[in-house]
Amino acid sequence: MSATTRSSGPWLPRLVVAPSFLLSLLFIYGLMAWNGYLSFSASRILPNYDFVGLAQYEALFDNERFRVAMGNLAIFGVLFIGGAMAVGVVLAILLDQKVRGEGLLRTIYLYPMAISFIVTGTAWKWMLNPGQGLEHLMHQWGFENFSFDWLINPEMAIYCVVIAGVWQSAGFVMALFLAALRGVDESIIKAAQVDGASLPRIYWSIILPSLRPVFFSTLLVVSHLAIKSFDLVMALTSGGPGFATDLPATFMYAHAFTRGQIGLGAASATVMLATVAAIVVPYLYSELRAKR
Amino acid sequence: MNRLTLHRLLLWAVLLIFAAWFLTPLYVMVVTSLKDAEQLRVGHLLSLPTAPTLDAWSKAWSSACTGVQCEGLQPFFWNSVITVVPAVLVSTLLGALNGYVLSKWKFPGSETLFAFMLFGVFMPMQVVLLPMSQVLGWLGIASSVWGLVFVHVLAGIPSTTLFFRNYYVGLPDELIKAAMLDGASFWQIFCRIVLPLSTPILVVTLIWQFTNIWNDFLYGVVFSGADSKPITVGLNNLANTSSSVKEYHVDMAAALIAAMPTLIVYIVAGKFFVRGLTAGAVKG
Repeated sequence: MSATTRSSGPWLPRLVVAPSFLLSLLFIYGLMAWNGYLSFSASRILPNYDFVGLAQYEALFDNERFRVAMGNLAIFGVLFIGGAMAVGVVLAILLDQKVRGEGLLRTIYLYPMAISFIVTGTAWKWMLNPGQGLEHLMHQWGFENFSFDWLINPEMAIYCVVIAGVWQSAGFVMALFLAALRGVDESIIKAAQVDGASLPRIYWSIILPSLRPVFFSTLLVVSHLAIKSFDLVMALTSGGPGFATDLPATFMYAHAFTRGQIGLGAASATVMLATVAAIVVPYLYSELRAKR
Repeated sequence: MNRLTLHRLLLWAVLLIFAAWFLTPLYVMVVTSLKDAEQLRVGHLLSLPTAPTLDAWSKAWSSACTGVQCEGLQPFFWNSVITVVPAVLVSTLLGALNGYVLSKWKFPGSETLFAFMLFGVFMPMQVVLLPMSQVLGWLGIASSVWGLVFVHVLAGIPSTTLFFRNYYVGLPDELIKAAMLDGASFWQIFCRIVLPLSTPILVVTLIWQFTNIWNDFLYGVVFSGADSKPITVGLNNLANTSSSVKEYHVDMAAALIAAMPTLIVYIVAGKFFVRGLTAGAVKG
């Protein structure tokens, strides 16, 4: 028995992981390469493999809708990441002050993470709609001149996406930072207090700097969420009015699956991949190096 | 002392304002879903229903229109259930096996393979959508529940592998070595020693996968056919079906139906949900 175990040691484990490793590496890198290939082809409604070089990318960057989508990604990215990080960090610090009922408050702050972006989008669409939502509420409360039409205003609609996005994701940042704050050595805080440092100062110059690793990993997660944002826009504005709230993900979906522009869709997916890779690869690399 | 109570008061004020901000949408959804069209017209966002009714709920469940079809969310709900159950179980099982090998049966190159796999946790799925729809066609499972299950399993393996690997690294190697000396095989060690110690990470992974797959919209909207659309697609179609009068009370009931399963899991097992979130974020 033990002899067979020894000899099966080297190959059995490999055999067990081989199918799922092979499949998922093919899934990730094989399809990624294939998509890249499609982006160099003349594919429209059906994939075809006539090589056209960078023509799709040139068309993509000339495309006004794509430029709007990238511009929106910049606005949405900065405000969503900044908003979620700021609200999350503040909540984590406040909750760390040994408040009674912390468990309940934490549950309240975090529940949006458990629901789908489609649910969030549907709910905020109702609350922000100009006719019966927030505007109507303010009118009934006596603010007759209150006007709030961001959701149907092409200039402002993207900020509605930001508001709903921050609402959904801030609790997540809070959870990560709260976990990290609990790991901070109490004696450092005690020592600083003995030296007469005020609490805000202790947080600002001692505790927060010590949370740098958490800060970076949270930033990484939230920013890749921002680049991949799709559901929320689809449910809240469907990319509209017009294409005023398009993001690269909704652009890709529209062109690849509803407008019969497979080559252009593939090229936009590659641009998204490059954006995510620019953030993730250096991070993963430094993490894995640090482990060794 | 006075200064201290003032600080406490301020602290509580901020905490409660945020609590209100987070709770308002849920409150609005619930009160709106209990109104009828007339109460919706007369009242406002925050007003309580004057005569609460479950009509919007029953309409959302069984008769609201989602495009041309008017059967409510019911068929979508069951599509999601039959997609989620096999997808969660298979991806969790594969993750456990991979994690076991990657932590206790390392072989040359296993760490590198794992590193390459990790990128799958982050990559934007848009980049696989087009080729994947071709592959599903070849396999004959395009537009079916099985196609969706297949995609969810593939997309889930990197995270489930990561969860189990990181957990199993913490199990003492001596345990495995002792069992090997006693003549236990690869499978015996897994089933008799490792699995019984895995309950916490199993719960975390099951909840994580359940929440992600139930809430997925991208794969659902791209890969499903008429008979396999998941609940998120149903809800989005329902809320975006243009009719002469917007029935927001039905939309809100539908949104609550779609959110219910994951919300219940969150409330019952929130601790494990949070652990999954933090484990999924602090990777490597």
